[in-house]
This record gives sequence, C-alpha cells and structure tokens, in this order.
Amino acid sequence: MAYNESEVFPTQVKILIAGGFGVGKTTFVGAASEIEPLSTEELITAASVGVDSLSGVEDKSATTVALDFGRITIDHHGIVLYLFGTPGQERFWFMWDELSSGALGAIVMADTRRLQACFEAVDFFERRGIQFLVAVNEFDGAFRYEPEEVRAALELDPRVPIVLCDARDKQSATSALRSLIKHLLSAVPSPTA
Amino acid sequence: MTTPDDDDVWLDDDAGPLIRPYTVNAGRTRPTVELDLLSLVITTGQASSRTDPEHLKALGLCHKPLSVAEVAAYMRLPVMVTKVLLADLVDCEAMTMRAPRPTSGSNDRVLLEKLLDGLQRI
Repeated sequence: MAYNESEVFPTQVKILIAGGFGVGKTTFVGAASEIEPLSTEELITAASVGVDSLSGVEDKSATTVALDFGRITIDHHGIVLYLFGTPGQERFWFMWDELSSGALGAIVMADTRRLQACFEAVDFFERRGIQFLVAVNEFDGAFRYEPEEVRAALELDPRVPIVLCDARDKQSATSALRSLIKHLLSAVPSPTA
Repeated sequence: MTTPDDDDVWLDDDAGPLIRPYTVNAGRTRPTVELDLLSLVITTGQASSRTDPEHLKALGLCHKPLSVAEVAAYMRLPVMVTKVLLADLVDCEAMTMRAPRPTSGSNDRVLLEKLLDGLQRI
C-alpha cells in the first residue's frame, strides 16, 4: 500500500521539560498534555562515555533512565508537539543524545527553594546551543523571588526569559510553552526584514 | 526468594536479572532500521511474517501513525527493545516508517507561528 507521506504523517516537534528532581516536570507535562502522560525507559550504558581500559569487566554501570512524555496535537496545522520530561533524579539523561537532538527548545523548571537543582540543565542547554527559558514553579509556601533575582542566582544570559508558572495548571503550563515559542521566534529573522 | 511462576524476572545472584523483553528480540540490541524516539510508524496492512504476540501487538497499535516513544510506552517495553521489534516489522513491510525531520525547526518561522497559533487556541 502506498502512502502520501505528508497526508499521513504530521510534522512533529519536541520540547524538553528539564530541571532538578521533584521540581514539577512530570506535573507540567501532565497539565499541558492532551493525553495522560506516558512513560518509557531506556537502558543507558555508562561505559559509552569514558574510556574503559578494563574491557571484559562486566561492571558497565548500566542504568535505566525513565522519562515521561505528553502530546499536544495541533490538528489544523498538522503538527504534533511532544513534551519530554527529562529524568531529574539521574544525571545520566545527559547521555541520552537522542532525547535532546532535534529538540525545538527547552523549559527549565526552577524551584526557588533550591535553585541549584537546575544548574545542570541550564548548563547543558547552554553548551548544546538549545534555546530555553526558565519557568519558576510557584509552589505553595515558596518564597517569591523576583525574576531578576533568579536570573542573577543562575547567572543567566539577559536574553533568556524567566516566567512564573503553576505546573499544575493547564493554562499556566501552556502559557509557558507559548513564551518559549515567542522566544524562539524572536531569534528568527523576520521574512520582511 | 522468587516464586516458580514468576516469569517476568529470574533472579540469580550470579546471572543478574534476565529481562524477558530482551529475549523477545533474541538478544538483539540493534534495530536493522534507523529509528528515533519520534520516528513515526504505521501499519501498512500487508501480512506480517512476524507473528509472535509482541509483533502482533505492535501492529495492532499502529493503525494510525504513532511515534516510537508512544509504542514503547503502550507496550511497556524499553525503547531499544521496541525499536528492534518495529524494525522487524518495517523489514517485512508490515509497517512503514518516517524519520523525524533532520532539523529541530527552531529556525523555521512558519512552523513556529503555526505552533504559537495552535497553543493560543488551547
């Protein structure tokens, strides 16, 4: 059976939701997604990073990295947006090249009570040249910092947007996604320019 | 102590866990077709030469285009195991696939504007 690809297959884009463990990534994915968040896992072999002179030794410290993801279908434009929540507990997701390659951009979730938890993600996206914004998750009882205080603490480039977000709220999560797309658009030269 | 009817994992201190999904693939860990988390697969309707339960289940899931990540989640299998299964099905033409676009689209103004428009309607 022959398929006309553009008719059958939608355009797919991927946005990563990163940040430290317990910062609300899965909650964010669940709030924004049109489907119940799905979960899958991959086996990452730590031996693939460094040089292992002890070849044959069966201590490759393989680790299973789980990730949650959700989906937003934009039917009238034939686009499917996938939201991948990067695993926060495991440092090994950084080795999952496939996860970050081809990502449209990223949202780094931050909890002002422990901002250091998102340093790794900020650093990772900066080094890879993946555009991102920081979404400060407004936990109940968390002290409210001004966005500029967060920027200073994270040593963020002035161009990186900081938004406030309630990860439990669909509109708030969607609004953070819109902010990211606007940020990406601002970096693309206008066709009329 | 594991019970004899526990067929999910055989625990043995020396051997370590023997994970059943990998036995589905007969120990193969590399798919024969290049598949990404977001590669889309769809059942073609052609009869499959692969008729074991996992292959049939995958075929049943993909009457509409589905990403590799979604198939893995629905089948509760690790991503790499899922890729091997799906590659088998692409090989025997029971499925067809489309790789994700080579670039992320972050420089594609038209795409970004469509995306923003879609997100504004939510």
